[in-house]
Amino acid sequence: MENTQDNKERRNRSRAEIPSLEELRGIAARKSLEPSNDVDLSMPEAWLNQYSLSPMFFTTKAYFIFTIALSSVVAWAVACWGYQIYNGMGVTNLRPPIFWGMYIATFVFWVGVSHSGTIVSSLLRLTKANWRRPVLRGAEAMTAFSLMVAGMFPLIHVGRVWRIYYMFPLPNQRFLWPNYRSPLAWDMMAISVYLTASMIFLYTGLLPDIALARDLCPRNNWRKKYLTILSLGWRGTHRQWHVYEKASTFLAVFVLLIAPSVHTIVSWDFAMSITPGWHTTIFGPYFVVGAIYSGVGGVITLMVILRWVFGLDQIIRIMHLYNLAKLELVMAILWAYFYFVEFITSWYAHNPVEWRIWVYQWERFPHLLLIMLGGTIFAIIALSFHKVRTSPGWLFCITILINVGMYIERYLIVVPVLTHRDNAYTWTDYVPSFVEASIAAGAIAYFLLLYAIFAKILPIVTVADIREGKIISGDVRIGNRVLRVHADVEEPL
Amino acid sequence: MKSFNSNTEYHKWAMVIDLDKCNGCGACTIACQAENNIAVVGEKMAREKRTMSWLRVERYFEGEWPELRVVFLPMPCQQCGKAPCEPVCPVFATYHNPDGLNAMVYNRCMGVRFCANNCPYGVRKFNWFNSKWEAPLEQQLNPDVSIREVGVMEKCTFCMQRIRRGKDKAKDEGRGVKDGEVVSACAQSCPTKAITFGYLDDPESKVAELSKSKRRHRLLEEHGLDPSVIYLKGGA
Repeated sequence: MENTQDNKERRNRSRAEIPSLEELRGIAARKSLEPSNDVDLSMPEAWLNQYSLSPMFFTTKAYFIFTIALSSVVAWAVACWGYQIYNGMGVTNLRPPIFWGMYIATFVFWVGVSHSGTIVSSLLRLTKANWRRPVLRGAEAMTAFSLMVAGMFPLIHVGRVWRIYYMFPLPNQRFLWPNYRSPLAWDMMAISVYLTASMIFLYTGLLPDIALARDLCPRNNWRKKYLTILSLGWRGTHRQWHVYEKASTFLAVFVLLIAPSVHTIVSWDFAMSITPGWHTTIFGPYFVVGAIYSGVGGVITLMVILRWVFGLDQIIRIMHLYNLAKLELVMAILWAYFYFVEFITSWYAHNPVEWRIWVYQWERFPHLLLIMLGGTIFAIIALSFHKVRTSPGWLFCITILINVGMYIERYLIVVPVLTHRDNAYTWTDYVPSFVEASIAAGAIAYFLLLYAIFAKILPIVTVADIREGKIISGDVRIGNRVLRVHADVEEPL
Repeated sequence: MKSFNSNTEYHKWAMVIDLDKCNGCGACTIACQAENNIAVVGEKMAREKRTMSWLRVERYFEGEWPELRVVFLPMPCQQCGKAPCEPVCPVFATYHNPDGLNAMVYNRCMGVRFCANNCPYGVRKFNWFNSKWEAPLEQQLNPDVSIREVGVMEKCTFCMQRIRRGKDKAKDEGRGVKDGEVVSACAQSCPTKAITFGYLDDPESKVAELSKSKRRHRLLEEHGLDPSVIYLKGGA
């Protein structure tokens, strides 16, 4: 009884002490907030709201410099693309027999990065892992944006982008349909289904938070209008929450089923061909595991960046990074196993054409292979240490290394196989041209830019989910005793 | 003689190349270039291996210097019966036509280049840039063959325009195509008569006869693609 009284008092007291939006500017920018590992039950809800929405409403000068820099990289890449469309694919360094190069490697990389966002988010939702809450939004947004980036690459890659509509099943007089036997047609459908589903998943999760932002947004703020429209009249009624819960559970299952199929189909772009080195049954699971490995790495990198840029270390705490790092360790071990299996089967079978590709890789790209293989081994060793798993700086470096390795991996899947085909007369070498490299760099900038803009126009923190977590981990009254529930509370590190 | 109606019956065009007769002069490449309006791309592009020739003569060296022997292998599109390039095209730009050939619809192609990746012979060519013919060279273009735009794939068609003309003529005269009536540009220009072209399913054709030779082989048969180009090598 006393305890509830206490709580009420505290709530009343803190309501008076809620900092205004202006005061929060300082708090959000300040990184020296004491990192707490325990659930901060004393954090009043209104304060939490303001704190979570602060990335949206307060913009530093550095943010503008950062976005302008990113936009100029994107603009340069767009100019390069325009140059390529105007002149033809000859501005790339592609040449027979290497018809797919850096663009396809970049495409596969970004599809891979997109994977973990929804998988992590939906898996954690379905398993009711309580620590998931602050991670969800960032991860889901990562999926949506990296898919948008990946979706650009088939357009950039084709010779006649102005004819791209031939791919779509548009009704026409001659009954000319896309060829559904082609893995590329499957690919287009898989990517568009995945993009649609993950956008809906992201948006559904956003609804209560958009409504909250709408309510807290000052009347004269330019965000008010679109927040009102996007919140679809969310009032937080009982029925709305009921529908919301049902929808997000359904979508979590749905997206979880789509995700592995998408990357399997991307791998089939290679595996369904008769090209030695690509034509292998291992590619489906190999790509899916690689995608999750690179995606979880991406989630960790972004979480560290969000903590650092927006000062969200009260929300995305060490514990969340720690748990994600554990997941990444498992994926790294699995991935190393796949490297081993892929190599040992080629070595044992010793198919001359396939083996020639391995030898060529070792001779031509020893430094890349060293980064790729060494990076994975290093990640496994480093992530085994508690100290590394709890250090944002370490995690940032390791996950960047992991994703550099994963990019190299995709590059080495595409390039050596094509330069060394069955017909030895056609063997050649390939180095990406300046245009190709610019566009690949532009893709990174485009992704970061989308993410940065997203953080300014929509809530990047899952406020509703975090508050839900707080409610179920509060004080519970049983009979005439009030107990603090620890069962559902995040474990302190 | 059994009447063979080439306009209605399914048939398979084939090419027999006798490697022992080939001296690597490259006349076939040039004839193909002229017949099919193939772009001449220049020295720089050729160094980058971006030549557009539909038929190339591959050179291989046997033995060590000074006992060195050069072997030539003319490589046109193999017109596979089970072509790997066809199923992977997402827009049906390359397909199997009733003549048993892998036809290319240039206007349908959007240049994803999967077909070229899936071709183990490496005979598919891509238009990296728009091709130009400086005046008066555009006057010598073959009116029967379309010019390909930037960004589309192209490859040897077995001189489809010649096949078409031969079949039309035979149809007008109410008969089937006679053996030797349709000749591809490469076969026509080969000075040593190493290349023979014709119907494989006409049992009395020269191609059918040569294809029964003990010296026959086809390239990369382990893929099981059933190519229509038959090579003869070894022995008399």
